[in-house]
Amino acid sequence: MTERDDIIRESHETDVLSAFEGDVPVGGRTPAAIREFGGKYLPALFSFLVVILLWEGLTRLFGIETFVLPKPSEIISSFVETWDVVWGAGFKTLSEALGGFVIGVSAALLTSFAAARWVRFREGMLPVAIAANATPIVALAPIFNNWFSITSPISKMAVVAVVVYFPVMINTTRGLLEVDQAELELMRSVAATPAETMRRVRMPHALPFFFASVKVASALSLIAAIVAEYFGGPQDVLGQYIINRANLFQFPDAWAAILVASILGVAFYLVILAAERLVMPWHVSFRTSK
Amino acid sequence: MKMVVDARGLGKVFGSGAEAVQALTNIDLRMETGDFISLIGPSGCGKSTLLRLVADLLEPTSGELLINAKSPSRARLDRDYGMVFQSATLLDWRTVRKNVELPLEIMDVAKEERSRRASEMLDLVQLELFADHYPWQLSGGMQQRVAIARALAFQPSLLLMDEPFGALDEMSRELMQQEVLRLWGETGISVVFVTHSIPEAVFLSTRVLVMTPRPGRIKTEIAIDLPTERDLSTRESPRYFELITEVREALRSGES
Repeated sequence: MTERDDIIRESHETDVLSAFEGDVPVGGRTPAAIREFGGKYLPALFSFLVVILLWEGLTRLFGIETFVLPKPSEIISSFVETWDVVWGAGFKTLSEALGGFVIGVSAALLTSFAAARWVRFREGMLPVAIAANATPIVALAPIFNNWFSITSPISKMAVVAVVVYFPVMINTTRGLLEVDQAELELMRSVAATPAETMRRVRMPHALPFFFASVKVASALSLIAAIVAEYFGGPQDVLGQYIINRANLFQFPDAWAAILVASILGVAFYLVILAAERLVMPWHVSFRTSK
Repeated sequence: MKMVVDARGLGKVFGSGAEAVQALTNIDLRMETGDFISLIGPSGCGKSTLLRLVADLLEPTSGELLINAKSPSRARLDRDYGMVFQSATLLDWRTVRKNVELPLEIMDVAKEERSRRASEMLDLVQLELFADHYPWQLSGGMQQRVAIARALAFQPSLLLMDEPFGALDEMSRELMQQEVLRLWGETGISVVFVTHSIPEAVFLSTRVLVMTPRPGRIKTEIAIDLPTERDLSTRESPRYFELITEVREALRSGES
């Protein structure tokens, strides 16, 4: 109980981006709301700017060559110049990541429900899953390229799906199973069927676990897609673009592509965060002191 | 009088072989409509186990048990009893009203009827103003009142309470005891109440069953002859203290 709470709370507290959803009223911000917003974001914005300025200043001061570390200003100008190309590659990669994410999360949910329903399935399955989760799955990328054809986005989605599958499956299963004994007794005392207990107690209990793992999975899915692309395939995706530009010593271009990958990753994460708040506004991490 | 609980020679063993633990032995308990029975005893005397046998959350290993002249599992499926646990066990994601409606949802009661009955119950426990709050916005005592409203929502004939006020401070505890007596008087429900507080057992009950451990059994039964209307003055009456002493001595003599 406490361990679970800690894990969940930690995952929410460390999540700076979550501050995005303040108590800002819709349609027009009051000065108080702006102040509150500023209070939450200014420190993060400030440190971001400091890092960028230090980066720019130090690379200039020590005359660091562009092929070692480009200046932020060079990256930005390359980002603007190659806008269409990098975003085009970005969305290709994102579509692989999303496709794999959907496949992996769906498969994970199906397995979790089966594991929660059938003890034998769970006992046979979970240890294997935990072991599989501990192996570096991206190492499978060349194999998947071979299986699903290197030119097909399916081979990249397969890597993403496998990477995403295990954390989501293991956490959701835990959430479905780790229900307070008293709540199960309560459901039994009112003669609820196992299906009703699943729907009204186990599933709501699993939601925080599910979302915590899906937030991790959203970041993993982009990482997995780009790493899978490094192992070959079409050229108009982020992974290949980064390799190609780096091979041509066009490092600001490579960095611009990395910038696109980061923006996409953050956006994906924020979408999931918004979904989480929509689905479980009651959760402990969203409670205000009011 | 109708027999609500009828237990004869009831026993419960946990585990088997060399590790078997005799949790309860030879329990005889007859309870009539309108009784308020408290089970009191030290930890490990099996009082919660006995309550769980009545609730069909556990099965007896020996003896006979009838609830409203039915098997415990039939009684559970018929929703003859409502249960209140040590912790309020309210579902975090449901408002107070939705928590009270939970058993009614499972019974497929129509929406309007659910809402009407939930309002009625929240009225009964004086929480009508908190219907749309979430459990975590309430104090411990208020949460337990929601749990009581939920247990009563489907109008069971029996209320089972497992140390429901154990986690409350002394002041809230006394208020809740008064509250339970009021509900008991208003609804005419029968109550089995597990506690390890002697004053609580004496103040609430018509009968106190003193239990002793290893193996758990009912040692003595003490009839509480305090007036039916009980309030603060009852807590200060000489008879109240005499009964407390009587229960305490019964518990003591069980130890030696």
